[in-house]
Amino acid sequence: MNGPTAAGRMDASLVSRSIDPAVLVRAVADPGAGATALFLGTVRSSHDGRPVTGIDYHAYAAMAERQLRTIITEAGQRYGTCAIAVEHRIGYLAIGETSVAIAASHERRAPAFAAARYVIEELKRRVPIWKREHYVDGTREWVDPTRGSSLGAAAATGAAAQAAAIAGGTEQ
Amino acid sequence: MAQTTVPPTVTVLLFASYADALGGPRIDVPVTPGSTVGDLVARLRAGNADRLPARPMVAVNQEYASYARVIEPGDEVALIPPVAGG
Repeated sequence: MNGPTAAGRMDASLVSRSIDPAVLVRAVADPGAGATALFLGTVRSSHDGRPVTGIDYHAYAAMAERQLRTIITEAGQRYGTCAIAVEHRIGYLAIGETSVAIAASHERRAPAFAAARYVIEELKRRVPIWKREHYVDGTREWVDPTRGSSLGAAAATGAAAQAAAIAGGTEQ
Repeated sequence: MAQTTVPPTVTVLLFASYADALGGPRIDVPVTPGSTVGDLVARLRAGNADRLPARPMVAVNQEYASYARVIEPGDEVALIPPVAGG
């Protein structure tokens, strides 16, 4: 993890070792904080009823860290947090392992929770990280959250709408 | 050979399902000066239409880009499959 920075103490890292939530909690410790919210994302044993043995996470690392920094800066401005730290793990993770950890500290609990929530929701919406699920039957598959009724059409529509929203609506 | 006969190319970074679909982590795409992101996607999809969605997301210099954006020499261009972090 990056060392705490002077301006706002925002840490965002991709890591290839196991995540220690206590490190993030310590990183956001602040004398002005009355609340620290910690979110952990963990690998679960099934996806849509299909048994999963593990997940490997890939990232466009430079862009992912850049987007994570943008998101936690937005969260800090929006909720006035004391500090925010986020780590996302890359590589193969077994069931139960932590894939992402977010800690946010604030004077009060509501904005601490809200800031952590903002970071995970925006992370899932726009940070270029992908996961490939490994199934009990030995197959593996990239997870596509935009996949709906029709693979191509749904993916295309979702991607275009997402890109338009992110790029400022000049799409079309 | 005169330089004008060699079309400039942009290296496009590919990830996850798109890297699998197109057979590697990067692909060189010929572009004419003034080409937009949309032009680049159209060029990439020519011959690969069954392997890429109609309007994949694109990042230029690590930020999401609109299809109207003009690609400049030296830009870092990447195709971004639907993200699934967390």
